[in-house]
Amino acid sequence: MLGKRASVDNRQKSALINSVLFVLLAILVMVCLCVGKYSISPAECIKILWGNLFNISGDWDVMDENMLMGVRLPRIMAAVIVGAALSLSGAVYQGIFNNPLVSPDFLGVSSGACIGAAVAILFAMPSILIQISAFAGGIVAVLLTLLIPRIMKSGSNIMLVLSGIIVGGAMTSILGFIKYIADPETQLAAITYWQLGSFAYVDNKAIVAVLPLSVVAAIVMVAMSWWINILSLGESEARSLGADVRLLRGTCIVCSTILTAASICISGTIGWVGLVVPHFGRMLVGSDNRVLLPASCLIGGIFMLLVDTVTRIIGPAEMPVSILTGLIGAPFFAWLLYRQRRNVR
Amino acid sequence: MILNINGLTYSYEDSERKVLNSVDLQIKEGDVMCILGPNGAGKTTLLNCMAGLLEYSEGNIEICERPQKEMSAKEIAGVIAYVPQTHTPSFDYSVMEFVMMGRAHNTSIFGRPGAEDEECCMNILRSMEIEHLADRSYINISGGERQQVLIARALAQEPEIVLFDEPTSHLDYGNQQRVLKKIMELSRAGIAAVITTHDPDHALLLGDKVAILDEDGHMTSGETDLITEERLRDIYNTDLRIMYVEELGRKVCLVPGIK
Repeated sequence: MLGKRASVDNRQKSALINSVLFVLLAILVMVCLCVGKYSISPAECIKILWGNLFNISGDWDVMDENMLMGVRLPRIMAAVIVGAALSLSGAVYQGIFNNPLVSPDFLGVSSGACIGAAVAILFAMPSILIQISAFAGGIVAVLLTLLIPRIMKSGSNIMLVLSGIIVGGAMTSILGFIKYIADPETQLAAITYWQLGSFAYVDNKAIVAVLPLSVVAAIVMVAMSWWINILSLGESEARSLGADVRLLRGTCIVCSTILTAASICISGTIGWVGLVVPHFGRMLVGSDNRVLLPASCLIGGIFMLLVDTVTRIIGPAEMPVSILTGLIGAPFFAWLLYRQRRNVR
Repeated sequence: MILNINGLTYSYEDSERKVLNSVDLQIKEGDVMCILGPNGAGKTTLLNCMAGLLEYSEGNIEICERPQKEMSAKEIAGVIAYVPQTHTPSFDYSVMEFVMMGRAHNTSIFGRPGAEDEECCMNILRSMEIEHLADRSYINISGGERQQVLIARALAQEPEIVLFDEPTSHLDYGNQQRVLKKIMELSRAGIAAVITTHDPDHALLLGDKVAILDEDGHMTSGETDLITEERLRDIYNTDLRIMYVEELGRKVCLVPGIK
């Protein structure tokens, strides 16, 4: 009886942590809406939001409204969505591949998306085509990675990981070549900026375009979260418990790829978030994916929002986000490893 | 008949050697079957074939009179539970969460186990007297406790047969006996067990069915009288004695001095 009570307590505690994270995210969104090089008072901010939500006109400053609704809100939404999407994909990949060290781009989605974007930039395409091309590039790279084990007639995890390294390596070279022939004044800068990720030029239309599919993908994965626990025991153990490993893993790969490719469309590639946030989540709520997946989304949203707000405020010019995520993510990961050094072999 | 294996032949890809060569085996309700054999003789391969984890080239396996190849992973998991060798998982789950994973074959793809499943698992932990472990982390309990938890998870599947892959190999003496006792207890409740082991004495101790797998993948099965000094000397390539010990009231298998 005692044991049962305690496990219910555990679950309530995790639910509580998730609620706290949600409230924290909501507060941070409000704060970040107000701060910046052009600051808006909280009261004004709430008035404008309220007015726009219910289509009421008010006596606020039009400059403030344009700043808030046209620039800051889309940017903040984008940061939260991308942070959540990358962290969710990362947590799911770590679970289904039974490997805490994989990140959402280990099947090559990021490098593929970069090539897609770079090619579009090379041909001076408009921004919407750059985004479509990046999305397609990401999907093609993952398909290539999945194809190699098929050709070698091997279903093992290791083969897939190696295949990801092969495809990623080839993509990096191709990208290097594109950068080499790109016009250094304009195109090269644009490609590099893309590779390092930024929310400075977020496009409302891009968010609206990718959001529905991403939400569906996220819901599917959260709904499968208990089965992801089972997959995380490894392939044969999962199968002996009755899991259809191919179906489950396939569905998760499709959903994660959609989410990652969609977030790259919005912001370019951003490193470290998808690897580190799930680990932080496990420290807070444990490994049970039923709780971890929502927690990762919330923590990822909070983290990305903070990082973007800092880059927005500190730099003289807009700094790419990956610079900060790397500077924070790498030492944090080192600290995590230090804490768990006895379990790492 | 829970398990009926006929002419099972298995060889790994790119290899001529048959790990299993035309193996026949029948297992009925409550049978306790010990599989003996030297290292690398394919004992684990045989278990993996039974559980539907490996695709074999020849022969067929029937589970409860149904061809295994027509059954889904879920259907197999409803009959056969597999207790793997203890290992450290990559992620940390509580013992209760871990045992609940045994309920997977009753759960839909977007589902999760409910209160009834939790009740069932708690009862199993209670019956094994390990309910105090329920909220401990699986990574932080001892090897013996992990083995108990793995057995609890197998029972949560409500199986008709449990496959044990060297269940005693990483355990101290007391824990080995506890596992063997649990296997006997399951057998009395009508749940069959297939056990691979390196210790012929365990087969004598359990005292039911025995199967010996040799290096060429051939299998001989029968009762414990199959365990003779000559046969064991052949498969293990070492000297040993089988004798009746009056005080214990059973046959034992021991090695003579090695000085």
